[in-house]
Amino acid sequence: MSAEAIPNRDTMVSARSRGDGPIDMIGLALTVITLLVALASFFPIYWAVITSIKPDGEVISGSNSLIPNRVVFDSYIHIWNNTNIGIWYINSMVTSLIITALVIVSSAGCAYALSQLDFPGRRVIYVLILACFMVPMQALIVNHFVLMAQFKLLNTWAGIILPQLIVPVVIIVYKQFFDSVPKEFREAAQMDSAGHLKILFRIYLPMNWGVTAALAIITFIGAWNSFLWPFLAATGEATMTVPVGITQVKDAYGIVYGKLMASAVVAGLPVAVLYLIFQKRVTQAIMLSAGVKG
Amino acid sequence: MLRDKRQEYLVALLLVGPFVLIYGGLFVWPTIQMAMLSFTKAPLIGSGDWVGWDNYVKILSHKLFHSAFWNTAYFVVLTVIPSTLVSLVIAMAVNRLKGPVQGFVLACFFLPYILPVSVVFLTWNWIIDVQYGLVQGLVALFNGGKPISLTRTIPLFMPTVAFVTVWWTMGFNILLFIAGLRNISPEIYEAAALDSAGRWRQFQRITWPLIWPVTALVLTIQLIAQLKIFDQVYLFSIGGRQDATITLVQYVYKLAFQQNKGGEAATAAMLLFGMIIILSVLQYQVLRARGEK
Repeated sequence: MSAEAIPNRDTMVSARSRGDGPIDMIGLALTVITLLVALASFFPIYWAVITSIKPDGEVISGSNSLIPNRVVFDSYIHIWNNTNIGIWYINSMVTSLIITALVIVSSAGCAYALSQLDFPGRRVIYVLILACFMVPMQALIVNHFVLMAQFKLLNTWAGIILPQLIVPVVIIVYKQFFDSVPKEFREAAQMDSAGHLKILFRIYLPMNWGVTAALAIITFIGAWNSFLWPFLAATGEATMTVPVGITQVKDAYGIVYGKLMASAVVAGLPVAVLYLIFQKRVTQAIMLSAGVKG
Repeated sequence: MLRDKRQEYLVALLLVGPFVLIYGGLFVWPTIQMAMLSFTKAPLIGSGDWVGWDNYVKILSHKLFHSAFWNTAYFVVLTVIPSTLVSLVIAMAVNRLKGPVQGFVLACFFLPYILPVSVVFLTWNWIIDVQYGLVQGLVALFNGGKPISLTRTIPLFMPTVAFVTVWWTMGFNILLFIAGLRNISPEIYEAAALDSAGRWRQFQRITWPLIWPVTALVLTIQLIAQLKIFDQVYLFSIGGRQDATITLVQYVYKLAFQQNKGGEAATAAMLLFGMIIILSVLQYQVLRARGEK
């Protein structure tokens, strides 16, 4: 951030505001209200973070101070020592990363085939993808559970991962992007007798690197955040993911609020950081998956 | 040439193979199994006798199913329309800001959407806590100075969870609305400004009709998403009278995992399935109509 850029923008804004005359007061008021509402919307998150670093005594003192009088990390130390949050973290991280990798690779392959190759059964695949959009995964929990039980996959990483591999929108988005790659690229590569796999991994995927990053980020966020399926598939304390563990395991020693907020902060941190670093990619991916051009 | 064709098929098979395995094994197969299971009197794990439509008759006249249906419908009404309207207002407010201020404001509204439901639940459960929750100060004003549990008082349960849900999910709607607003050409507004049309008139005559396709999209996406509600309602109802606030997915969960009635759970799931397919087809029609316009 360059220091001089900020005053410049300020003077620009105020110059324009002056030019607008009386309406401007309304404009200014609107801006102030928007900012206040935005801060109010952010407040619960702030409050959770603040509660997690207050001493227990201050949390229940009723003072509700917006800034902690004393910052302590006791709550974090407590949950680290007294819950399996470290193991839950590993479970969440491993399953989310594997889900992301498998969804991206299988979807890119399928999308390339649909977009660039001519083969029997394309129609069936289209119908399947379309059907998938309409069928609620929540309705399938019973039979996913039965299936995973049959293969003895409950309380395993594989059991958590498998039903979450169904993300049809990734295929659709990839296909749209592959469709818009000019055919000349492929033809030129084929002249050099490059196979389709090489074309996919050396040309189509690198050309759509931004989309891949965007899709991978939201797939990861979705997997990290998913609750219902991991909640059913992992019932043992050692196999839970973070979102399941922090709500299902009650650690009822002493004053709980600070500890609960510490676990909430820890659970939300990876996705919040991903979003803050890759804001543009996240919003792009969400627009793409909703079928809206941004 | 023929060899080329065959090679193309082989490559296609290799590329589509993982998709077919995943979607065949984890989508088509469980769906068929669910349909079959719904006609049997089976426990969750194991097989049972074929009972024809008995489960359907039973579920459709089950009082708890009716509660689940109406609770879900109530939740949909409490979330979908408020969330859409509030999101549109916020999107318009954010859209008129510029530069880093806009980025900051948008991030404030969007950040909750990125968080896991558990974090949202824990955070709000603390804010509304009966003993030390921040909101209780406000509650006391309306309740003669006495605190109330917002999630244990049945009439307040759904509105509270709906409020939290709107807070949590509106970031998504706001994004779609902002994209829609940016697609409206500024020239139209300039022309309106020349005719000295006020803000409200501009909204009425320009923004609302031109943003309507996005509004329809947001409404239908939210409608289908909220019908599938489970997580927040379940989490906030732990330890309370869960049957009073049960929703459809929760009903399936209860039959299958708490009462070990696999057959009936599959039946309830099939009914939910039917409702969502009907709505999805409707959504498809609405969006197609928009495409043809």
